[in-house]
Amino acid sequence: MATIEPVLEEIVYSRPESLAECATHYCPGCTHGVAHRLIAEVIDEMGLREKMIGVASVGCSVFAYNYFDFDWVQAPHGRAPAMATGVKRVLPDKVVITYQGDGDMASIGMGEIVHAAARGENISVFFLNNANYGMTGGQMAPTTLPGQKTTSSPAGRDVELAGYPIRASELLSTLDGASYIVRRSMHDAKNIRLAKKAIRMAFETQIRGLGFSMVEILSICPTNWGIDPNQALTWMAEKMVPYYPLGDYKITEAVKQIRV
Amino acid sequence: MARELIKGNEAIAEAAVRAGLHAYFGYPITPQTELLEWMSRRMPELGRAFVQAESELGAINMVYGAACTGARTMTSSSGPGMSLMMEGISYIVATEVPAVLVDVMRGGPGLGNISPAQSDYNQIVHGGGHGDYNMIVLAPANVQEAIDLTVECFDLAEKYRTIAVLLLDGSLGQLMEPAELPPMMPVRETFPAWAATGAEGRKRNILTSIHLNPPDQEMTNLRLLQHWQAVEANEVRFKEYFMDDARFAVIGYGSAGRVALSAVRAARAEGIPVGLLRPISLNPFPTQVIAKLAERIDAFLVTEMSTGQMLEDVRLAVANRRPVEFYGRMGGVVPFPDEILDEIRRLSKGPLSLEGHPRNRWLARMTGAN
Repeated sequence: MATIEPVLEEIVYSRPESLAECATHYCPGCTHGVAHRLIAEVIDEMGLREKMIGVASVGCSVFAYNYFDFDWVQAPHGRAPAMATGVKRVLPDKVVITYQGDGDMASIGMGEIVHAAARGENISVFFLNNANYGMTGGQMAPTTLPGQKTTSSPAGRDVELAGYPIRASELLSTLDGASYIVRRSMHDAKNIRLAKKAIRMAFETQIRGLGFSMVEILSICPTNWGIDPNQALTWMAEKMVPYYPLGDYKITEAVKQIRV
Repeated sequence: MARELIKGNEAIAEAAVRAGLHAYFGYPITPQTELLEWMSRRMPELGRAFVQAESELGAINMVYGAACTGARTMTSSSGPGMSLMMEGISYIVATEVPAVLVDVMRGGPGLGNISPAQSDYNQIVHGGGHGDYNMIVLAPANVQEAIDLTVECFDLAEKYRTIAVLLLDGSLGQLMEPAELPPMMPVRETFPAWAATGAEGRKRNILTSIHLNPPDQEMTNLRLLQHWQAVEANEVRFKEYFMDDARFAVIGYGSAGRVALSAVRAARAEGIPVGLLRPISLNPFPTQVIAKLAERIDAFLVTEMSTGQMLEDVRLAVANRRPVEFYGRMGGVVPFPDEILDEIRRLSKGPLSLEGHPRNRWLARMTGAN
């Protein structure tokens, strides 16, 4: 006589295969962990793990490679797009990503990112913008908002002295070589889902050989902003999103044809 | 294969191509630009990687990325560009991945000029980048040697998983000589086990230069140094001319050594018992060879196209047991053999002193201060 075993538990949520098992070094509330997970989920869903080569940058995500269970190299500050170019040109059939913060990419690495995009380098860039230098303790970044207080703009960013923030997605979208440039945010569940979709599109762009893709992801830095994670999410939605509007800045016709 | 008339820069480029170069990344700078131009034509037609980078910073980091796959990769530049590459050089050596660099030296410091000089010796041989590290440095004196050492640079870089630099001055980059190129080697199809190539059926490979835990960094420093000791033990290269019965020795590398050879020949015709030691590996430096020579040679003359950078390495080896004199031209000025012949005559006549610094005596002569 057959018996029906009752299902007592079912695993509905687990660590993606592409994420390594290790304790986080990111601060409580930091959205790097969410971004890591989204990237890993997409890699799992697309079955790309064994084809991946990540290029880590310098900043809080300097140890990004600890969290992902695939091959990584570690670039000097700002040079990840150049290093990724070297990897990708030798191994064009592999999938090459960079994971960079705003200090790394939009300041010291501006030359490398602009020219990688202009060349239409077939790599995917994940650009985490949290409006300050997190790792060194919250100094003013090129993305710091006018008036925003940081440890190197203690009275608030004075645009007369320190100039204006750089909107990297808008800037890179002017380049003919760029194929997919979008900005997303992590301030609520809906936007996190939209960010994941964009990450998927960046990978889809690369594996089809359609050229340079970048997803800018607005992120929070509660520790250096000096507020708790919930307040940080609100601040991001209310202050950062208006200055850095979410949206699609460049999607070529070929990328638009992609159906996932 | 037949000898053909070929320009130094182009000979180096083609030698690298034939050594199975997989990826070249560079940026234009005189006097090495023909090398980049040659690669821009040859690499794409062979289906290999070529990128004209946005800067030397870009170029060296593209090399870094390609080197992390274990592919044969190289870049080339000249002084001001090498300065920009110092960042990446430090990272590449720290990560223990192989790469080949070519520095075609010009007059400096600053923008200087585009004429030949040996002004980057300290920067390349003694390290211009941050942290404790060494690179293998080979210095050719003619186009054939430049070809042969280019091929050797790739083998050495891979053997010791470090950077091998071909160091030459602008005149050797620009001059044409008959030379024989090596046979064509294909690009290797396989990649080393340590490389970042995608973790297919194996554990992940992580290539990094960061060791936040000080004892880990210290262990890395010790490992790098132990590897370097193997280089020092096995890879010293030099060439001697007329040294068997020499009482005086001229020491010069690259073009300065080549000019000195003409002077030594002329001095021999005058009956002066002088020979030439031409260091080929500048790092590791033939210290022991010079130390041994100091036991039987009466006096040394160091000649360089700089203000005396290698001079200090010679002085360390001689250890003040014999007089050392110096003759340098710089700023893009190449010495004539007659100038060095005059110095050899002066050396052979004496009197010479162990007191003072040879650079000071030379500077006084150069500026007429004595």
